[in-house]
Amino acid sequence: MSAASKLAFDIQALPYARWLGVQVELAGDEMTGVLPFSQHLVGNPLLPALHGGVLGAFMEMTAMAQLALSERRERLPKPIGVTVEYLRSGRPVTTYARARVKKVGRRIANVEVEAWQDQRASPIATLHAHFLLGGLESGAEKTL
Amino acid sequence: MVSTELMNILPQLASGAPHTHALGFSLVGVEGDVVTLKCPYREELVGDPDTGVLAGGVVTTLLDHVCGMAVWAALDRFTSIATLDLRIDYMRPAKPGLDLKARARCYKLTRSVAFVRAWAYDEDPDDPVAAAQAAFVLDSDGGRKPGANLKRGKAKA
Repeated sequence: MSAASKLAFDIQALPYARWLGVQVELAGDEMTGVLPFSQHLVGNPLLPALHGGVLGAFMEMTAMAQLALSERRERLPKPIGVTVEYLRSGRPVTTYARARVKKVGRRIANVEVEAWQDQRASPIATLHAHFLLGGLESGAEKTL
Repeated sequence: MVSTELMNILPQLASGAPHTHALGFSLVGVEGDVVTLKCPYREELVGDPDTGVLAGGVVTTLLDHVCGMAVWAALDRFTSIATLDLRIDYMRPAKPGLDLKARARCYKLTRSVAFVRAWAYDEDPDDPVAAAQAAFVLDSDGGRKPGANLKRGKAKA
């Protein structure tokens, strides 16, 4: 099975992800969310800086895509709660994010995401999230 | 109470940036120190095409923005502010087809930090879609000049 078809959903099929311009890159089972800079993402036109909500939304989508990759469920995970920490202002360049699934229970998953731009070691924001998982995909055990 | 001077620029602060303009945000009103914003429903902003529900990220952005507006209302002036942290509880999905609204109040201002709470709802403010709690740092540009983020090189620490 190719890495791309392993993603249980196509992120481009989600209208809001398409509107923001979110992409995912896969290297085996390792997934990176990519958000190329675009003018419509700017929240502070003076600096200019990305809107804080854009970074939150991008990291949340990266977490959902990572869950869809590692947990095959019938429905998309639903966010229950997120905590975003803003560390540096988002400059007008491409932003990357990687998610780590910390724990998956029967219904709840706990995910941590870090977003960065030029330097992986200097993250610009982090997100902690809890998701409610959908039902197990029928036959998922067989295909995995 | 918010002065006329700030009241005159609040609609611009609600939708003047490229992102808030693209989302279609608008100022609903200011009552005392409570600011209310609106984001019109649009197919493009849907998170899950199977349900037609607005994406969680749209709720996040509206809450982040209304919290910032509440800080300016509490200060009764405009200054650069930056979100330090933002915690959101998503209580229920927003109803497809309905505009999303959010109201916020800054309940504590210190010299450098503002503490804010906000709620997002579609029909009834007492039946919220999501709740938020945020902290902002005030005068966050710290003397950085316009265009500071355009400089290449090391990320600003």
